[in-house]
Amino acid sequence: MQPLRRPQPAARPDPAPSRLSYKLHRLWLTPLIRSLIRVGIPAFALAFSLGYYLSNPRTTETIVLTFLDLRQQIAEREEFQVRVMVMPGVSDELSQDVQEVVGLDFPVSSFDLDLDQLADRVEELDAVASARVAIRPGGVLEMQIEERTPAVLWQGREALEILDAEGHRVGEVPAGATPPDLPLLVGDGVDAAVPEALALLEAAAPLGARLGGLVRIGERRWDLVLREGPRLKLPEANPVGELQRVLAAQGAEDLLDRDIVAVDMRNPRRPVLRLSPEAKSRLLEMRLAAQEQRGADG
Amino acid sequence: MSDLYQAQRAMRMMRQAAMQRGIVAVLDIGTHKIACLVLRFDGPDQLSDSETVGSMAGQTRFRVIGAAPTCSRGVRFGEIDRMVEAERAIRTALQSAQKMAKTRVDHVIACFSGAGPRSYGLVGEIALDGEAVSEQDIARVLAACEMPDIGDGREVLHAQPVNFALDHRSGLNDPRGQTGTRLATDMHLLTVGQASVQNLAHAVRRCDLELAGVASSAYAAGLSALVEDERELGAACIDFGAGTTGISVFLKKHMIYADAVPLGGEHITSDLSKGLSVSQLFAERIKTLYGGLVATGRDDRDMIEITSETGDWEHDRRRVSRSEVIGIIRPRMEEILEEVRASLDAAGFDQLPSRQIVLTGGGSAMPGLDALAARILGPQIRVGRPLRVRGLPQAMTGPDFASVVGLCLWAAHPQDEWWDFEMPLERQSGRLFKRAARWVRENW
Repeated sequence: MQPLRRPQPAARPDPAPSRLSYKLHRLWLTPLIRSLIRVGIPAFALAFSLGYYLSNPRTTETIVLTFLDLRQQIAEREEFQVRVMVMPGVSDELSQDVQEVVGLDFPVSSFDLDLDQLADRVEELDAVASARVAIRPGGVLEMQIEERTPAVLWQGREALEILDAEGHRVGEVPAGATPPDLPLLVGDGVDAAVPEALALLEAAAPLGARLGGLVRIGERRWDLVLREGPRLKLPEANPVGELQRVLAAQGAEDLLDRDIVAVDMRNPRRPVLRLSPEAKSRLLEMRLAAQEQRGADG
Repeated sequence: MSDLYQAQRAMRMMRQAAMQRGIVAVLDIGTHKIACLVLRFDGPDQLSDSETVGSMAGQTRFRVIGAAPTCSRGVRFGEIDRMVEAERAIRTALQSAQKMAKTRVDHVIACFSGAGPRSYGLVGEIALDGEAVSEQDIARVLAACEMPDIGDGREVLHAQPVNFALDHRSGLNDPRGQTGTRLATDMHLLTVGQASVQNLAHAVRRCDLELAGVASSAYAAGLSALVEDERELGAACIDFGAGTTGISVFLKKHMIYADAVPLGGEHITSDLSKGLSVSQLFAERIKTLYGGLVATGRDDRDMIEITSETGDWEHDRRRVSRSEVIGIIRPRMEEILEEVRASLDAAGFDQLPSRQIVLTGGGSAMPGLDALAARILGPQIRVGRPLRVRGLPQAMTGPDFASVVGLCLWAAHPQDEWWDFEMPLERQSGRLFKRAARWVRENW
């Protein structure tokens, strides 16, 4: 028989948690346990599985190879190839030197180029003042090179060198080659005093072709040597001023055309002229003659 | 006596530890429902910076972060009756409160209403040597109180010094540092049945919790339902529970009397169930929906459908008028109030300066109770809701949660009890070195 009433709803389950679920719930609410389960165990499992996977050397090798292969593939793409090197406004000899120093085998991937190192290597060349290296679109390696301009020749103890206006070495004149037409400096430690030498040379411009060169004495002062004529010994302090005094004397009295071996200006308050032996004996004779004349008169 | 001292001290230590950790649960074990709140103590008062708000007796120091009321099981007359069932109910309440608080609770402060609380007033007096009153003098005067014969199988639940008198001056809260020749104290001692305290401790321990304090729920309800002036001037708090009706009398901010009448809302329900021959559940429903205490002419025409499931159509389809329901409820409520009146008379409540009566607890929601109580208990009656504390859910602000809220306040700002004071020197046995150190400290 069917019951007439609606079926009774099932009795409500006991709302009380069992002892086990109560304890587990309390355990779950413990901060340490909670953080351990939520962070500690997953982190440990991840670290452990990763460590286990990587502990096989073949896997590591495969991963490394795959990575390198991928890098290679990307580096060899057409977009990253550098095919030409340009150096706008650089002389031929220097550009050859630069190409030797750089030593690149085009085409090169731009991934393999270390531009800073390249610039440093180029700057180690004597003739280069500074270099900037950049890769331009279209696979062009562009070097902006500033050359040193040769200013003087320096006859050192070993070789004939070319220096720029600041005393940096630009190059060397090979033995037997014709040196370039530059003023000549001689002596030790000239490279440290090139600006002073240049000032002297500028002041000595009126001498023209008679100017032989400058000699550095004792790494502290200059002697100016003329091709025909006396040697000018200049002081350590204000050599340009003393040179101008001598040149003024030359202009007024043709000092340098006389029979003099040296003009010693080392002490500006007491310039000394050294006569040649003939001039000296001649002067002596003249003085004797003048004495005799006076004696005869007296 | 010393055992009790040590046990209560251990509980006090436990509460200190719980405060340090910042999380403590309060549990009100009632006959009808078990309510659990999880409190978080944030350390120093957050609101005390503003000048308008004081520390408010520590009420600003905590926040309710988890709250769960649950239907009580295995509790009769405010005492644990069936251990396993009661434990399940406590577990239910605690688990949902913990879930809401998202934290684990290890310490619980509990209160219960039953176990026949009995109040004793104790008087102690000692002579002083004319020096300032020290901690030791207080310990001595407390020890000088004569212990009444509380009977076998009973235990002290509260022992609060409510008054100190120095020579002719009475009403001192803290006589330390004052000078006199005679120090007297009044102490209020509340005892309950030992077995029910032990049952409670056992049930809490079975839930893997530590018991950090036990209070009488009448006391707790008084703490939350009475305002400060009422507690100062003298007032009684009547906590209408399901199994018992708790009474606590306060004067000068101290509880001076507590009692419980073993009658409550559940008796009204069973009266309805018997009178209308319906199930307890249905009777409870009628009581809460249609219950009342003062019948009017309108109530005769207000018919209530009664349904039951016996299968007898005539029996299952009945209608009773609301005045019949009131006619069943009222005599029982009058009986309860008469009992309360008798208890208050025994306590000398009519001697108090202000005889304010505050009704709280679930039964106080009965319409017309204030009118009825005014006729039986006295003219100054109000229905009290518990104090509002931070984070308490809206659903738990009703008068039936007065004692659990009061327990929060008690946890935050406990009254000094006898075991919070020092032990007198004569009673400290053994620790010779400690006594010597104390002697040196006091005499130099």
